[in-house]
Amino acid sequence: MLLLLLGIIFLHLAALVLLFVSTIVSSNIYYTLTHHHYRSVTDSPPPLFFFSLAEWIQAVQAVMILSIIFSCLSLFLFFCQLFTLQKGGRFFLTGTFQILASLFVMSGAIIYTVMSPEWVLGTYSFGYSYILAWVAFPLALISGLIYVILRKRE
Amino acid sequence: PEQSQAIVIYTGWERHALVGSDVRLSCSFFSWRWTSEDVSFSWTYRPDGSRDTISIFHYTRGVPYLDNKGPFKDRLEFVGNPGRRDGSILIKNLDLSDNGTFTCDAKNPPDIVGRPSSVRLLVFENPIQAGVITGAIIGVVLGLLVLIVVIYYLMRFLVARRVFSLSVKHGKKKKEGSQQRQGPVPPADPSKVKAATSEKKKQESRKDKK
Repeated sequence: MLLLLLGIIFLHLAALVLLFVSTIVSSNIYYTLTHHHYRSVTDSPPPLFFFSLAEWIQAVQAVMILSIIFSCLSLFLFFCQLFTLQKGGRFFLTGTFQILASLFVMSGAIIYTVMSPEWVLGTYSFGYSYILAWVAFPLALISGLIYVILRKRE
Repeated sequence: PEQSQAIVIYTGWERHALVGSDVRLSCSFFSWRWTSEDVSFSWTYRPDGSRDTISIFHYTRGVPYLDNKGPFKDRLEFVGNPGRRDGSILIKNLDLSDNGTFTCDAKNPPDIVGRPSSVRLLVFENPIQAGVITGAIIGVVLGLLVLIVVIYYLMRFLVARRVFSLSVKHGKKKKEGSQQRQGPVPPADPSKVKAATSEKKKQESRKDKK
């Protein structure tokens, strides 16, 4: 029983950590992406206002941050529901927030996948933060589904 | 004929501007001789990605000639001072299609041997401030979340109030009638209110059935 609890929490935390790393590192990649594009056109450093040019980059940032917020809320709700839920009850609220977090990550990764070829010249391999996001998505989704299915026991 | 010497032409290296703004392209030269009356300035333009160069400006014998047929029609202005070796032009109301290389060639007879100098123009879209869209999306989603939570608790509160007023009516009726009654429900715990609500409903439905 305790093992199950620890396992669930570990899965949740793993997804959360991946989300954090992916979001924090990708902020560097936004710079590199625009910088890279600019550099191939001229040789001088890009002007400061160039970085905010792409609206879709901001949308990806927003969605990644939202996924972190919702995953943290979900963890908090899990502990709340752990103590307040009746026996046999389901962690619907916890699961909903975690699933929403996974959906946010998914949309962020999809937007990035669709929009970045327009901006990237030549060969540019997707950074590891992109891969982390695509790993965090199923982890968070599975974690959320487990919460929805799980029943509270004494 | 006098011997011609070299002339060195200066322009900027690169100019950045936003769409819709004006940009001044400056051109000057160095020559050992005095500025001649026959000094001339020429500007040519090559769009990005194109191999064609077109002339857009020429100043000679005291008269500036501006582009009146090409892409800079009605947008060029001569703001230079040839007497001071300044052959600058002003391009107004920039567009994204104005990206390209502008070359200035100056001649100060008899010093005509010189390498024309080029300035690169980069025109940018008006950018949205970094983070405005990010903040807006996050704010809207979190705002919706807060709204949903508030509406949920508001509904519960309203239901509790309705239960309270109903139970007060019930209590009064029962005081007049039989003895078995429940006191007015204290407006405290929502979970208890939920239980009380369902109990009240059950009681009412039983009474209706009777």
